[in-house]
Amino acid sequence: MKNYDVIVIGGGPAGLAAAIAAYENGAKDILIIERNHEAGGILNQCIHNGFGLHYFKEELTGPEYAGRFIDMLRENTKAEVMTNTMVLEIGPDKTVYAVNSENGYMQLRAKAIVLAMGCRERTRGAIAIPGDRPAGIFTAGTAQLYVNIHGYMVGRRVLILGSGDIGLIMARRMTLEGAKVLGCVELMPYSNGLNRNIVQCLNDYDIPLYLSHTITDIQGDKRVEKVTVSKVDENRKPIKGTEIVFDCDTILLSVGLIPENELSRSAGLTIDKRTNGLVVFENMETSAPGIFACGNVVHVHDLVDFVTAESLKAGKSAALYAKQEKEVPSDIIEVANGPGVTYTVPQRLRTERVEKFAELFFRVNNVYKGVNIVISSGGETLAAFKREHLAPGEMEKIVFPKQLFDKVKDKTVTVSVVKE
Amino acid sequence: MKELICIVCPKGCHLKIDEENDYKVTGNGCERGAVYGCKELTNPTRVLTTTVKVEGAAIARLPVKTDGDIPKQVLFRAMDEINRVTVKAPVKRGNIVLKNLLGLPINVIATKTIESV
Repeated sequence: MKNYDVIVIGGGPAGLAAAIAAYENGAKDILIIERNHEAGGILNQCIHNGFGLHYFKEELTGPEYAGRFIDMLRENTKAEVMTNTMVLEIGPDKTVYAVNSENGYMQLRAKAIVLAMGCRERTRGAIAIPGDRPAGIFTAGTAQLYVNIHGYMVGRRVLILGSGDIGLIMARRMTLEGAKVLGCVELMPYSNGLNRNIVQCLNDYDIPLYLSHTITDIQGDKRVEKVTVSKVDENRKPIKGTEIVFDCDTILLSVGLIPENELSRSAGLTIDKRTNGLVVFENMETSAPGIFACGNVVHVHDLVDFVTAESLKAGKSAALYAKQEKEVPSDIIEVANGPGVTYTVPQRLRTERVEKFAELFFRVNNVYKGVNIVISSGGETLAAFKREHLAPGEMEKIVFPKQLFDKVKDKTVTVSVVKE
Repeated sequence: MKELICIVCPKGCHLKIDEENDYKVTGNGCERGAVYGCKELTNPTRVLTTTVKVEGAAIARLPVKTDGDIPKQVLFRAMDEINRVTVKAPVKRGNIVLKNLLGLPINVIATKTIESV
């Protein structure tokens, strides 16, 4: 059995940053296991720009952002990247069972593991769209793979369901490649995509955005022919008589992402029902000592720069664990979500491990203007942060200073949105 | 007074631009927002990202981008010209694949390093 200090599962932006940070913090034998034929993950097909404004202070395309990290890994570390390799299971004692066509079945042992498997798109089945089941219905990411990597157009007259960023990006991409994008249909009264993508992907090309609408029927024998879209009421129920029929051959779905945690589940790690991601401590350690997680496998991010920041933290923590630094006994503070907040990451803070402050990431459940984000405990406000504009599509961050930890009651703090 | 959402970065500031007062921008979080707001109303431009055909590589398309902003109204003409390009692997990130796009002082460059097979 081959032994490593740190094994990183997944060679996307999260895995690359984690491996680099693990090396910089003293881990020597590092292995990245990647399912695809190359590292870089989803960034390889995200050929648009807008990446790296926080981390590199310049605007890069997805392949450029990934390429820079792959170069850093090659030039500055001795980490090994094993591509075309699938991890089957993580066993007790941090044994990683993997398989590829070159080496067959492998058992690898690690002192610390970083989970960086990313997320998957929700499909038509996940949201149960009624109607026929013809060809021509793709997730936006699958269409992106066909168009940007393989060079195939997936359709000519396209309707997009869901206004997440991938859907918006694909609306522009399909338009530039000569397709007619008839509209982008969003169930909610607001878009989950970034404002800049509404502007430069829809408005630039006069693509209408139908808020509070959804697909209520798909017709087509072999291929999608007609799609019925209806307005929905405040309970998201379709309203009779509001139907619009589109003649189209293709539907792209941008209806959410789910962290890919099959491996985590089989390893018995604790999953957060709110994020479908792993429950983590302040240092990105999961419920199993020595197994860390970062990126979209923990919670779905909107910006890769934040994935990188989180993954550098996870990689550093994994390296320190691999060095078997002594564990300090510590109290644990649970971070709960109060009104207006849908989840927080991390979910647990070990007070002794926090240096000066803990960063808390979260999302809100609605669009808010001029509100306070409040950290409270036992009914008492510990800290408040003013925010001019909050939206579910934009991940938020607050900083929880360590000097306030003494005021925490019942080992629980709650993060909520409070209107002024 | 015109209202715009800034697209310079993912923050998406809500800009107000006074056309009658020398395109004075308010609501911007940084200086780049002021530049964008004025330019968007006078001469809107975009960076174009797309792909070109690549031969002799493990994948079929090479991702590319313009190395600077081009006027918004020539985006489709730019696509036509870029779509006529075929490159041969290997290609390095930053290599020029098309010089002076549409006669503009703008090149189209590779955004990915691709090995030959």
